[in-house]
Amino acid sequence: MAMEFNDYQPIYQQLMDHISQRICRGDLTPGEKLPSVRLLAAEAGVNPNTVSRTYMELERENIVESKRGQGTFVTTEQPVIEELRRSQAAVQADRFKYSMEQLGIDKDTAIGLLQHAWDEKGGSS
Amino acid sequence: MTEVNLHKLTKKYGRKEALSQLEIQLPKAGITGIIGPNGSGKSTLLKLICGLIRPSSGSVELNGEQAGRKSGAVAAYLSEEDSLYDYMTIKGTVSFAAGVYPDFDQELAMTLLKEMKLHESEKVKELSRGNKARLKLAVTMARKTPVLCLDEPLSGMDPLVREDILRLIVTHLDVDRQLCLITSHEVKELEPFLDHVLIVHEGRVVVDRNVEDLKEENRKSLIDVLREVTV
Repeated sequence: MAMEFNDYQPIYQQLMDHISQRICRGDLTPGEKLPSVRLLAAEAGVNPNTVSRTYMELERENIVESKRGQGTFVTTEQPVIEELRRSQAAVQADRFKYSMEQLGIDKDTAIGLLQHAWDEKGGSS
Repeated sequence: MTEVNLHKLTKKYGRKEALSQLEIQLPKAGITGIIGPNGSGKSTLLKLICGLIRPSSGSVELNGEQAGRKSGAVAAYLSEEDSLYDYMTIKGTVSFAAGVYPDFDQELAMTLLKEMKLHESEKVKELSRGNKARLKLAVTMARKTPVLCLDEPLSGMDPLVREDILRLIVTHLDVDRQLCLITSHEVKELEPFLDHVLIVHEGRVVVDRNVEDLKEENRKSLIDVLREVTV
């Protein structure tokens, strides 16, 4: 299935976010092998060079590790994954704050809304 | 890897200039999209690169040699028109291609056809439009030429066939060694697959850029860029 991409961000960044999220969620477990460049390119519907760049950038951030001739693997360093989860969450929190500001909603109301959403829909508190 | 250089390239049909004074050095490998409105000169450009037509003036060089009759060994051309023989079976088409092209890899052709779920005993005339397009592409890609020129491979195809065709290209193209030129109107669908883009408008190349750089700079989709430069 081809992925949907937004127009304002380079695709490699969107792919990085996508893979990071899967690592945070535990869809991709520590030490797990990522799909080959060609396979992911075909699955996501992107250029193989874009996937190579995605893997390279993820490796630079120590989120994945490439082993010569074997492929690319999710890091086994738990602290790195924890840090990744925190930074991804912070990005989402910023986005939420921005959207609320755009609607002219103040901090207390926004936090109230968040509280409400959590209680209403349930979730792992 | 192949160096493709266009120098003062002009092509006229009668008095009308289809392409005018192009001065371009194409990327050596990867996927390059050639986009632009109908009649902008995209197909003419591909045919010139493959040596299928001659420039009115200026030149096309493949690795320093003028494009011409012998360019077929370097550049494979996928025509927008029908290029299969109706009376042949799929298997017959593959062995015919193997006889015509010295560089044809029959084993690869069969792998490609299997991936696309085409059966070798089927007759070309009984194939759907989508399956004919798949077969044409398989035959072209099985040559592994340094340059692949695909003229409108997605045009008139349903979304599933388009997806299949693009997937086949990214799975089997050697993006570090082969150069694949694709003309298309399906700009939105094509965009994520491109390394590089040429936008052709009224016989001139108005954009010649790396797609990622273009995006990082403009924060816009390719179709918006196209709209802006072709008004």
